[in-house]
Amino acid sequence: MANPTETSAYPKKPAINHANPLSRTLLAKLDYDQLTNCMRCGFCLPACPTFRETGLEPESPRGRIALMKAVADGLMEPDQAFADQMNHCLGCRACEPACPADVKYGQLIEQARDAIEDHAEHGLPVKGIRNLFFKGVFPHRGRLKWMGKGIALYQKSGLRSVVRGAGLLRLLPKPVREMEGIIPEASGQGVVERIGTFYPAKGEAIARVALFRGCIMDVLFAETNVNTVKLLSEAGFEVVIPPTQTCCGALHAHSGEMEQARELARSNLRAFEEAGVSYIVSNAGGCGALLVEYDHLLHDDPAYRELAAKFAARVVDISQLLVSRGRIPAFDEAAATAAEPVTITYQDSCHLRNVMKSGNAPRQLMRSVANATFVEMQEADRCCGSAGIYNVTQPEMAGQILDHKMEHANRTGARYLLTSNPGCLLQMKLGVSKHGDPAAMEVKHVVDFLYERIADRSDP
Amino acid sequence: MLDAALTRRLRNIVGDKFFRDDSEARVAHSYDGTPMLQSLPDGVIYPETTGQVSEIMQALSAHRVPVVTRGSGSNLCGGTVPIQGGVVMVMHRMNRILEVDMENLTATVQPGLITASFIAHIESLGLFYPPDPSSMRISTIGGNIAECSGGLRGLKYGTTKDYVIGLEAVLASGEIVRTGGKLMKDVAGYDLTKLLVGSEGTLAIVTEATLKLVPPPASKKTMLAMYKDLYGAARTVSRIIESKIIPATLEIMDNPTIRVVDDFAKLGLPRDMAAILLIEQDGDPETVERDIARIQEICDSEQADRVEVAESREHAERLLTARRSAFTALARLRPTTMLEDATVPRSRIADMVLRIEEIARKHGVSIATFGHAGDGNLHPTATTDARDADEVHRVELAFEEIFEAAIALGGTITGEHGVGMVKAPFLEWKVGAAGMEVMKGIKRAFDPDHLLNPGKMFAKETRKRVVIERG
Repeated sequence: MANPTETSAYPKKPAINHANPLSRTLLAKLDYDQLTNCMRCGFCLPACPTFRETGLEPESPRGRIALMKAVADGLMEPDQAFADQMNHCLGCRACEPACPADVKYGQLIEQARDAIEDHAEHGLPVKGIRNLFFKGVFPHRGRLKWMGKGIALYQKSGLRSVVRGAGLLRLLPKPVREMEGIIPEASGQGVVERIGTFYPAKGEAIARVALFRGCIMDVLFAETNVNTVKLLSEAGFEVVIPPTQTCCGALHAHSGEMEQARELARSNLRAFEEAGVSYIVSNAGGCGALLVEYDHLLHDDPAYRELAAKFAARVVDISQLLVSRGRIPAFDEAAATAAEPVTITYQDSCHLRNVMKSGNAPRQLMRSVANATFVEMQEADRCCGSAGIYNVTQPEMAGQILDHKMEHANRTGARYLLTSNPGCLLQMKLGVSKHGDPAAMEVKHVVDFLYERIADRSDP
Repeated sequence: MLDAALTRRLRNIVGDKFFRDDSEARVAHSYDGTPMLQSLPDGVIYPETTGQVSEIMQALSAHRVPVVTRGSGSNLCGGTVPIQGGVVMVMHRMNRILEVDMENLTATVQPGLITASFIAHIESLGLFYPPDPSSMRISTIGGNIAECSGGLRGLKYGTTKDYVIGLEAVLASGEIVRTGGKLMKDVAGYDLTKLLVGSEGTLAIVTEATLKLVPPPASKKTMLAMYKDLYGAARTVSRIIESKIIPATLEIMDNPTIRVVDDFAKLGLPRDMAAILLIEQDGDPETVERDIARIQEICDSEQADRVEVAESREHAERLLTARRSAFTALARLRPTTMLEDATVPRSRIADMVLRIEEIARKHGVSIATFGHAGDGNLHPTATTDARDADEVHRVELAFEEIFEAAIALGGTITGEHGVGMVKAPFLEWKVGAAGMEVMKGIKRAFDPDHLLNPGKMFAKETRKRVVIERG
């Protein structure tokens, strides 16, 4: 077919001078080509968790794109309902693999939220909390450590029992209250404090890789980070942990704080530049998905564009790296427990599956474990409702999604429910505590599960 | 804007939550799967029962407000764009399977049921419902009935009309009619069931359907044949049918499609082939083996360059990838994808494919063709950009010529997508002036005030026919 050249001078964006300032910002920030690429076939609808829960067109990717385009085209004013609808999206991006036209929905929803955030008038408490976490905590290693120590102190000092005993938790909003109960033992000791910045490969090194440790991961799941390093080593990789790395910026990007996300990305690019590694390994689908899109995030930054592209091309999830390049160790359930053979199941990290396109790798590893049977949970590929901080900002929808998720999880009868992202991990723990039997089903990160089951584990 | 008394009445019927006239709801129901069409309704309503549909129609009739019924809005003919405003009625809440009758092999369902969910349920009971439009993961049974959807299995198993044997429908006045039943024979009067199937929401609102089920085939085999000569592929199609073999699937992709699919899916397809045929046969294992062997002989004798018969399920999946990727590959080329469904007698497939390629060249537009060769139903697919008014105009001219060419070859302007808005100006070309009058008479009998999906099927003006320059 003749490929028509794009020489014609037709306008790529409508030339409207909107009276509404938010409309102007939306028209400026939204990628109008992507809006046009949506051909409204509707193939995304069955993939979308919020559409499935409500059956309402505005709650679907096609509906949300139509709303964005209607605002850009001057067909409607961006009212509060519009902003609410944009925030109602989980950002799981399950619509992207379903889209025949390859519309970059994830980018559109971030652009819309970014524009909305520019004009948002948060009440003081919300603004305070946003500033505290987005600017004050996540980007700062030292403060994160203090937060970790603080939580740990709260959990261990007896203060938690005092607070719980006195019924003070009732003062907190329900979603936060529920989370308080399932948050794991926090720590001020991150992976670097525990094992240093370098860990050699077991046997001949296949490649030198860098660990992306994450911010929340390193406070709440530092042990998983340690196990990630050791598992990489067992599989033949030499691991460095660049100590100046910071938060990936995903929570910022998903909440419309794009400039902060870009600033964090630049810091990370500088931090990993010197490491001289073949791969940058993530063990959190949510972080990995933004890291792998740093090239897009900094596309308009001439100083960092090239570095970002080089960085993004090397980002990989640990499961994928193990499967594609590693010497996969022999895993055996008997190495961890003396118990009878067990059943295991998996909840996809949406971003690992839909953005990093690595949904098969964890399954392949789980299937290789001796004395364990992997069963596929129905709709494992559907978002669990965690979605970054969605379960805190949109508790009602998140709760509804989790209820349905747990019906499927309980039906598997699995001893272990595994996942690949801290948000999903916490959400599934919450699910099991609310709708399951925590004594019968344990929620774990795939990495921890696998590392504990290496048949002949040893220090290199 | 709807009258305040009317909106009050509508809210009373369905409850506040299920009638909306805010801008979010109006924008989100202003389009369907058809490119470049948008029109805002005045309100959106979500009924839950036939009784509510009836009450809604009584209210709308009293106020002379038009209604567009829709399922998922995935049609490709502008069939559910509320071009004259009014109320969009979304059937998603009426999505239950009411009964599967194992003694009569029928299922009774509500219109908002998703086609793929229905098929999955039916297959879990060891039965088969053949109509399989490519949009079945999102399309609804009600939408399939309104458009008389086809699919890949149309050649051997027929289309939606062959499986709908009874309907409950609400008329514009709000009256409820029941047609047909769990009956394989029924000649009591005009066949209103078949009339309503494919009537695109212009005659009545389907609220319940009784569908015929069949036993599933025991086995299936898949093969692929590639041709340097388009006529070799076309003769293969004709000779398979002549040999009294009706394959379950008989799909064709032309050279422009092959190139785009290969660029997209990196399948290593030979890019110089004029056509690829994807053929599947199902049935009892011996018949399948015998038919596939015979088809293979026919392919060879028609100088197929390469013939590949799947040895396993995985192998079959690989062979199916090319055809399955066709739409996706084309959709990614340019922002706007216009997919039509001109249909010709299957003996004229090659002529039609060449005519389409010639017409595309003449107008300087990109059109690739794939489709259901076995039943002559082709999908010439234009890739363009809605913002390029000049190119879009040339695409429209090309499609006009394609419709004309299809009719000249004894074909039709639409095989399975419906007339809607997009093909309304061309309907008279196919059915003639007398045919139009009969159809308008039927419309008047059902819907004298033109409240049901107005502006569809019947255009204000029929397009003047273009003169075809041959050669």
